[in-house]
Amino acid sequence: MLEFMEGSHAVAEIVKRCRPQVIAAYPITPQTHIVEDLAQMVANCELDAEYITVESEFSALSACLGASAAGSRVYSATTSQGLALMFEVCFNAAGMRQPIVMTIANRSLGAPLSIWNDQQDSISLRDSGWLQFYAEDNQEAADLHMIAYKVCEDHDILLPAFVCFDGFILSHTYEPVALPTQEEVDAYLPAFNPYQRLDAEAPLSFGMYATPEYYTEFRYEIDQAQYRAKEAFVKAGREFGEQFGRDYSALVEGYRLDDADTALVAMGSICGTAKDAVDEMRDAGKKVGLLNIRMFRPFPAPEIADALKGVSTVAVLDKNISLGSGGAVGTEVKAALSGSNQAVYDYIIALGGRDVRKRDIAAVVDLAEKGKGDMFYGLRTEVL
Amino acid sequence: MAEVEQGCELLSAGHRACGGCGPALAARLLLKATGKNVIIAAATGCMEVFSTPYPETAWGVPWIHSLFENNAAVASGIEASLKKQGRSEKVVCIGGDGSTLDIGVLCISGAFERGHDITYICYDNEAYMNTGIQRSGATPYGASTTTSPAGKCSLGNQHQKKDMPRILAAHGAPYVATASIAYPNDFVQKVERAINTPGPCYIQVHTPCCTGWGFESGETLSMAKLAIETGLWVNYEMVDGEVVKAKKVMRKPVEEYLAKQKRFRHLFKPTRQDGVIANIQAIADANAERFGIDIKRKGSSE
Ligand SMILES: Cc1ncc(C[n+]2csc(CCOP(=O)(O)OP(=O)(O)O)c2C)c(N)n1
Ligand code: SF4
Ligand SMILES: [Mg+2]
Repeated sequence: MLEFMEGSHAVAEIVKRCRPQVIAAYPITPQTHIVEDLAQMVANCELDAEYITVESEFSALSACLGASAAGSRVYSATTSQGLALMFEVCFNAAGMRQPIVMTIANRSLGAPLSIWNDQQDSISLRDSGWLQFYAEDNQEAADLHMIAYKVCEDHDILLPAFVCFDGFILSHTYEPVALPTQEEVDAYLPAFNPYQRLDAEAPLSFGMYATPEYYTEFRYEIDQAQYRAKEAFVKAGREFGEQFGRDYSALVEGYRLDDADTALVAMGSICGTAKDAVDEMRDAGKKVGLLNIRMFRPFPAPEIADALKGVSTVAVLDKNISLGSGGAVGTEVKAALSGSNQAVYDYIIALGGRDVRKRDIAAVVDLAEKGKGDMFYGLRTEVL
Repeated sequence: MAEVEQGCELLSAGHRACGGCGPALAARLLLKATGKNVIIAAATGCMEVFSTPYPETAWGVPWIHSLFENNAAVASGIEASLKKQGRSEKVVCIGGDGSTLDIGVLCISGAFERGHDITYICYDNEAYMNTGIQRSGATPYGASTTTSPAGKCSLGNQHQKKDMPRILAAHGAPYVATASIAYPNDFVQKVERAINTPGPCYIQVHTPCCTGWGFESGETLSMAKLAIETGLWVNYEMVDGEVVKAKKVMRKPVEEYLAKQKRFRHLFKPTRQDGVIANIQAIADANAERFGIDIKRKGSSE
């Protein structure tokens, strides 16, 4: 049954059904509604979890790390400055192989201060070892949490994950969402079964110090687990489809790509606008399609190359900028398509909440087809 | 994560601490007090590094190290997790003075304000030793460190030790104490009391570092004792914010303590710094006054 609700509320409702045992989070716009909702659920005895009202995001993730190591399923949520404050703990949690699931209500990073959406925050942590999934709409944002717990807690993976959904554009928007029942979620997601835990009965040391003889191998093993997470995601996404009728087995999803000459590539909610723009361009006789990247870490390079095989021109929409280099998604798509003779252009777009309309997407396609790209799109030169 | 080698001691020998390391002794005593039913949340620093070079660990109890400044937050999560699971292990944080008094204050303040049932042990060797003897908020006034070096126009560290016990008592901690490895039974008893007191408790244990302070490795305990005998370190307990007990001493002049350590050598050579020595004596006198530790000599007119 579809219910009309705010994106943050849909996420909170699903997180509740995933039965986290310890929650530690700190308020920051536009993530706050999620942790407020969860606090109310705990206050109403709808959710039997320890809710730690930490004094900072840095402590939020540190507490999740401790609780996870002690054997609990944990949850946190943040965005932007909060995620930046967690930087050190993010690398640490992945290095210690704790299957923490954290929602990122994507927001830009200051300065200048901006509370609005882009994807700079999570993308800036691409090297941290966390899996990264991006939702196109609120249904997907909710569903991806169940999949994330399943993938992260798989004993062949044991990595943390960001479930990313665009701040305000999704988090504060009301959409119809189908919420599974508790029994249905329990049937999909078994109780947490930690691989190892802090336990006086069987003492282990966690987070030891590694000399150069061992450090590289630790990093290699995390890297390998990242790649294994692709298969685990495909499997968990397919099982999800079998049980709930929404299949997420694709790491990247094509839209009207089959006979396309030009492909847009994007992540997150902008894909919704892009699909409508593609439909209009198709109606006008243009052979345009879209590739939605659902999983950014591990980066599905072969899957992207395969999905884009038939197109000659690729336009990547990047809601982030690696200052002094280019958009992160574009850079990686270019690497994935290197040696292919395809023209790949990158567009820095929708930073700090700037609106993207269908006509902007069409304009990007025009630029790409004219061979113009690797640029900021829609720059207001009059204020420079 | 490595398997633990079990010996009769919960902190096994063969770790990489310097000979005569005060913090290493504190760790052994700590585990004697806690026994096996404990989970330790450690901070980056000498103790973490000397006790867990992968794949070897000296810890015979479950132990976790995450970062330099977050052990109190990690412990908050562990405590919440144990509570949820109905488990009985005690949760003990251990961190150096740099971790505890400087970079970790945010996490510790949060954990104490929230009232987690944890015990925080700060082993105070009065500087950042692991990174090469830089000053911390616990470095005593007048000590030369690599970032507060004595020089032509510097007398060493300019500031007095931060009063962390009082800061945490002000958070409402039910039990706060200082201890010294010179008095091992006292330290062990204080740890036992802390872990059996519900709520967040704090113990700061004075742990001389022969390498960082510059004295012979066989003199660690006598140095710890001298700190107490001069009044530069006071062993006391605070219950619900009130000082209830402080160890009394027949005080010796601070010079007896200072002159034995290289970190204070500039106070005596090439020229004697009477003013600085007097200032340090005044710190000891103020300690004695605040805690009432002076044993009056027999026959004194007072
Ligand atoms: C965020 C961060 N900053 C700096 C360091 C470097 N660092 C590691 S240990 C340490 C000093 C530790 O001092 P203390 O807590 O007193 O412990 P000790 O080494 O004296 O036992 C420093 C500065 C670090 N690991 N992390
Ligand atoms: S430097 Fe000091 S604290 Fe560190 S191991 Fe050596 S004696 Fe112990
Ligand atoms: Mg120190």
